[in-house]
This record gives sequence, C-alpha cells and structure tokens, in this order.
Amino acid sequence: MATTGQERIIQPRVSDIRKILDKQSNGASSLLAVLEDIQHQYRFLPRDALIMVSERIPVPLSRVYSVATFYNAFSLKPRGRHCFQVCTGTACHVRGATLVINRLETLLGIETGETSDDLEYTLETVNCLGACALGPIVVTEQGYDGMMTISKVDKLMRRVHSLGSENADAGKPAQVDAAATDTAPPA
Amino acid sequence: MKQLASPKELEAWRQEILAGVDPERPCLRVCDGTGCRALGSQELLGKLHEALNGDGGENGKVDVVATGCPGVWEQGPLVSVDPQQIAYMRVSPDDAEAIVNETLGTGEVIDKLLYKDPSNGEQIVKEPDLPFSSLQTRRVTALSGQIDPCRIEAYLAHGGYAALARALYDMDPEGIIDEVTRSGLRGRGGAGFPTGVKWKFCRQSQSDEKYIICNADEGDPGAFMDRSLLEANPHSIVEGMIIGARAMGATAGFIYARSEYPLAVEHLNLALAQAREHGLLGENILGSGFNLDIDIRLGAGAFVCGEETALMASIEGRPGEPRPRPPFPAQSGLWGKPTNINNVKSWSSIPLIIANGPEWFAEVGTEKSKGTAIFSMVGKINNTGLVEVPMGITLRELIFDVGGGVPGDKEFKAVQIGGPSGGCIPADHLDAEIDYDSLSKLGAIMGSGGLVVTDEDTCMVDLARYFMNFVQEESCGQCLPCRWGTRVLLDILTRICDGEGEPEDIGRLEELAPMVKVSSLCGLGQTAPNPVLSTLRYFRDEYEAHVIEKRCPAGICRGLITYEIDEEVCTGCMVCARNCPVDAISGEKQEVHHIDTDVCTRCGMCMQVCKFDGIRVY
Ligand SMILES: Cc1cc2nc3c(=O)[nH]c(=O)nc-3n(C[C@H](O)[C@H](O)[C@H](O)COP(=O)(O)O)c2cc1C
Ligand code: FES
Repeated sequence: MATTGQERIIQPRVSDIRKILDKQSNGASSLLAVLEDIQHQYRFLPRDALIMVSERIPVPLSRVYSVATFYNAFSLKPRGRHCFQVCTGTACHVRGATLVINRLETLLGIETGETSDDLEYTLETVNCLGACALGPIVVTEQGYDGMMTISKVDKLMRRVHSLGSENADAGKPAQVDAAATDTAPPA
Repeated sequence: MKQLASPKELEAWRQEILAGVDPERPCLRVCDGTGCRALGSQELLGKLHEALNGDGGENGKVDVVATGCPGVWEQGPLVSVDPQQIAYMRVSPDDAEAIVNETLGTGEVIDKLLYKDPSNGEQIVKEPDLPFSSLQTRRVTALSGQIDPCRIEAYLAHGGYAALARALYDMDPEGIIDEVTRSGLRGRGGAGFPTGVKWKFCRQSQSDEKYIICNADEGDPGAFMDRSLLEANPHSIVEGMIIGARAMGATAGFIYARSEYPLAVEHLNLALAQAREHGLLGENILGSGFNLDIDIRLGAGAFVCGEETALMASIEGRPGEPRPRPPFPAQSGLWGKPTNINNVKSWSSIPLIIANGPEWFAEVGTEKSKGTAIFSMVGKINNTGLVEVPMGITLRELIFDVGGGVPGDKEFKAVQIGGPSGGCIPADHLDAEIDYDSLSKLGAIMGSGGLVVTDEDTCMVDLARYFMNFVQEESCGQCLPCRWGTRVLLDILTRICDGEGEPEDIGRLEELAPMVKVSSLCGLGQTAPNPVLSTLRYFRDEYEAHVIEKRCPAGICRGLITYEIDEEVCTGCMVCARNCPVDAISGEKQEVHHIDTDVCTRCGMCMQVCKFDGIRVY
C-alpha cells in the first residue's frame, strides 16, 4: 500500500533525526536547537523523534517533554501543510487582528490553534513579529502580508489555496464570497 | 580575504574602502527591512535593476543598495536617491522605471512619491528635511537606512571597528569600564541599571570562564526597536560585544534572538561570519592576542525568556523558567559562570561611547538618564515607526511633533509605555519629560521602548485586559502569585468587558494587583499588574461606566455594545448579510437591512465590509 501524505509526515526517519543530531554537538544544551530543527522539518514534534532525541543526546525523556511543552514554537500535534499565523501583538490587536482571525476561522472552518482534519491548514496566533506598523499581519509560507482587511484575507486564502494540496479533494476551504472580496478596505 | 592583524591594517583597509567611495556617484538606497519587504521591496529592487538594464551595481554607473529600516514604516517601501538625498515613499514596483529615467536620468523629482505633510499639504523633497527626521537625534540608529547591513565594508566606511581597535590597544579593561560608567549609559532592556556598574561586578568575579550575552529576545508585543537595529546595523552590536568581552574578561558570547525575526538572524549570521573572516572575531582579534567567539541561539517563542535568568536557562537547553536573584548573573550565570547580559541597544551604544568619549555621550539627556532613547511608536498615530530622541524630550513633542499626532480628528487619550510591564499616561501629563525616573513616578516604565498611542476609540479596560491576557498566557507557571494571580485578574477584567462585572470588582482588582506585584518570583509577575493599576489610576471612570452603567464609552467591549444598520445610508447591497458569520443580518436586495441583536456577536465583520460606512455602534 502506498503511504499517504499523512503517514509520511508523522513517521520520522531515523537517519533524518540522526542528521539533525549530528549537526549539534553541545549535548544537553543543544536540546532546543535540535527540537527547533525537528519542528521545522516535520512541522511538529513526532513522539518517536522525541524518544530518539532523548536516547541520543542523552537527556531524560521527561526533560525533552518539559522543553517541548514549554515553548510556543513547538507543537506535539501534527500541523497543517499551510499555516496561517495571525499576529496578536499590541499594534495588530489595536488595529483589528480579531477581525482577521474571525474571518480565517470562518474560511477554514477551524478554531484558532486547530489543524484541519486532512492536515492541510493550521490557524495560529503569534506574538509581535516586529512589523507593527503594518498591522494586522498574517504570516504564511508566502511571507508577511500586512495591513490585512477581510478582503485581503480572502485574496490571501485563494493564493495559498492555489498552491495546491497533497490530498487534492479534501480540505477545500469554505467558499470565498466574491462580493466581499471586491469590497475596498474602509478608508 | 583580508585578515586584519593590527589596527594599522584595519585603518589601511578603511582608507582603501573610502578611496573607492565617490560621494557624487548616483546611488539608490532601497529599504529592505521586514516592514518594507512585506510591502514589496524585493520586487521593487528587481524592477529597479531591470530598469537600470545592467547599469546598476559595482560595475555600472549607479549603486543600488538594500538597506535596513530608517524608521518610517508606514510610508514604505522607501527609496532614497543620492547624492541629492531625495526621499521617495510608498514606491511601487511600477515606479521603478520613472525613478531611473526621470530622477536619475534628467534629475527630475517625481512629485507623487514625495512625503506630504498632513497638516499643511507641503511636499518635502530631501531626506534630512522630513519632520520625523529633523526632530530626531540619531546616534545609535544613525546608520540605519544609510548602509548595506550585509557588507562589513559599509560599516567600516563609517568608522566601524575603530572603537574596538582603541579598546584592544589603547585602553585597559578598567579604562573601558570607567568610560562606560562615566557615559551614564543605563541598560536599554527595561530596568535601566547602570551598565558600567554591572560590568564592574562581572569583571570582579573570578572564574576561568565568563560569558557575555546579547538579549535580542524583544518580547514586548508591539515593539520592534531591537529587530530594526539588528537588521539595519548588526556589526555595531558585534563590535560592542567584543569591547565588552575585553572589558570583563569574557571567554565566549551569545546572542539570544527571537526565532520570529528571521531577517535579523540572517544579517547577524552574516556579520559574525564577516568579522571572523577578517580577524575581528575569533582567535587573536586584530593581532591583540584577545580571543572571543560569539554564537547565536534562537528562542522558541516564550516572552519570559527575555528575563535574564530564564534566558540563560533557555541557552542551557532547559525550559525558560526564571530563578530568584541573588545570585546575580555577574556572580553565577550561564552554566554557573559569571555572566553579563545586556540589551541590543545597550551593546550598540558601546562603540559610540568608546569612539566619541563618555562626555559626548552624556551631552544629551537628563541628569540621571543620559543619551538617547529609541521608541517604536504604534497604535493611533500618524507616523508609525521607530524614532531616536534625546532623553528628556516631552511626551507631547514625541507624539505630536515627531509622531505627527493622532490620525483623523480623533482625540488623544493616553499613551501606553513599556508594554505588558508598563503603564499608561493620560493627556494631563503630556508635558512630562521622558526618562527612567519620571516615567516610573507616573506609574509607567521606560521598558525597552514600546509605545502605543490610544485615542478616544480605545477602551482602556480592554487594553488592560489585553495585556493581562498576554502575561497570563506567558506566565511560566512556577510561582503561585503569578500563575493564579494573573488568572484571577484576567477573569475579573474579562467579566467587566463582557458586561458581567459588579461594582465590587474594582475593589477586588485593587486588592489583588499589589499582592501579585510584591509576591511574584520574577519581573514578569512583579510588573504584570501595572497596566491594570495605571488604567485604574487614570481611567477609573471607564471602569465605573462598565460595571455600574453597563456601558463601554469607547464602543469596544462586545458585551456592552449594540450594532445597528443606519437606514439612511444602507443601499441594500447585501454584502454585510452575505459576510455575517452568524447570519444575523436580513433584508432583501436594494432594501434596508436589519441586524438581529440577539444573534449578533458584535464581531465587526459587517462594519469592515460595508462600503458605505453604514453600521452604527453604541
Ligand atoms: C518578563 C521580562 C521580559 C524581559 N524581556 C526583555 C527583552 O525582551 N529584552 C531585553 O533586553 N530585556 C528584557 N528584560 C530585561 C532583562 O531581564 C535584563 O534586565 C536586560 O536584558 C538587561 O540588559 P540591559 O542592562 O542592557 O537593559 C525582561 C525582563 C523581564 C522581567
Ligand atoms: S503587533 Fe503585530 S507585528 Fe507587532
């Protein structure tokens, strides 16, 4: 049976983890950097990878878990292929980040912090990205999109969606309303 | 590759670089910081090169330089044309051709790209004449937006690493510490502890190994001074750190940077590699026999890691949990060794002090706060961006003269300084001079320089709730007062914003907040109640309106407002009805629509999609 995209994401390869560990040679103090690399590669921290890390560094598994659960950048649950991160820093908050989040929740059909069942989309909030003058900001694999309005969110959604998906039929976002998309942002 | 083995070789290389600089040569400086990138500066750079048709770059007739951010974000992408110093703003890639053909070709200025003073419509042509430039005192940020941060040659052409040569060859460690002390520099990371004194403690600690750390974890949600500086002039931070290491006898250095700042990290990595390549970092720096290397460590998104003891735990590969002090890092820090931590802006002030002398540094500022302060101004303000001003400037000058005041005809309400650890200052105190001491008297703090301007449409209770929500989420959970105290404070504030508050809630806040302050383990919990206390101090009437009159005067708090469609304005275009996430809006095409207030969640969607400004809130 051919592996589906989902299985491929979740099963870490021993050789990949070893490669990541070989780059970092500082023992216990490289734990964060190792986890960052794994998170980067798999978009989350697979259970098996954490066990491998614990055995090889070596540090107790409990310590690996305590680090993995402490920092916001790590996720123990699989994340979607396309991730929308909405900044909820002060400047973005004052300028209406909540509206942007509401819109994305409607379009994606998931709540903030969730991943769609088909592992296509994740919606998250992040702390200030340091681009406050452009708030509200949304980050995707396409980079930063600033001064977001509802119509810009819709456009961004279509752009990200057109990048295609691994399981093509599943995970289509809710229909984007054409009328809203043509609406100019309020002055 | 030039390996510099002495100050003489450094100077010789500098002269060689300067000899190659033609001040009359045309140059396009394009801001390529995070902000302008989000606005399309990369595409613009491509189009400029295209329009120059091979004439751009070293071998062509025109230099094209991608710089860091000069500070005026809202107006990006920015292009400056040298030698005339013409400043263009909001440049789109389509303007590239006109800039090359007209401004570079015939010397013609393109009016539509100039800055227009919002107060009188006057156009300003030259960079130094821009209101937000001319009112600033740019020292630490002097080179931001002027140089290519990815080329060490650009930093050297402006005197870079001369201070390091002086510190290595002409000064002893005590001499360096003495100059830093006399400059009056206070830590720019928030607390304002005198840097020279801290260095002395670390110098006096005996140990085979000592560390220095640059705190680039800028966690204040709404501040971007450090990011901007890291992107625009990374070598100044590296130079400051090496000088500090020499003064304190440090054997290794770390820069702890936020992983949310990829561009800053990229520029820092480049700067470190270049410094190493040229013998300015690593073994036997500039032939002096002094060794130091600097490593970058990435944070993983935890605000508390900005706190120095948590930061060190994080570098050691542990959860970023703060520990009680003493022992202070100067006695027992990273891996138990003496360690000195300074903020990005503190480190990059060091080369300026050593190169120009402590007297020069102390020329500006107030009696107890010397030098300049760097603020990021966001919120309801016209010139959003980053500014550097002398300590002691008044809030009024900063917000209205430099910042251009509040947009529209809205009224200024208050300014929030110091982020989640800070407080707000209302209009009555606009004439207060800004320095460490005056701000703390008013119930705010200098913090690391994040400044949020609010106007009549900002609800202060909601703002307090916003910050409390932030610290509650970021609390590391070790100590009870912070873990539970912030939770209860947040619950009370949320209740008030939801319209379910009781008059007694104000008293409860006033009772609990000071307890959390005095009994928390680290700075996070000790300062977390500040936004509540300061909004209570100056805007008690807003709290009372929420709990007694059940009204949100600013029209923000969802539980206390009602949305209505203005029948005079509604054209029946149906856009609001289609976009309402809860189907609360009904109406036929071309007929006035109505909102069912029982269903409406006050999400604000209709207000944003309505083309006719037809939604009313009260
Ligand atoms: C919760 C908390 C967050 C902090 N965040 C930062 C930060 O983001 N950047 C920073 O430089 N200092 C931060 N600090 C202050 C540091 O603990 C430390 O005082 C500072 O880095 C010292 O540098 P300085 O003397 O140059 O100011 C924070 C402190 C606390 C309590
Ligand atoms: S608040 Fe969103 S980028 Fe700073």
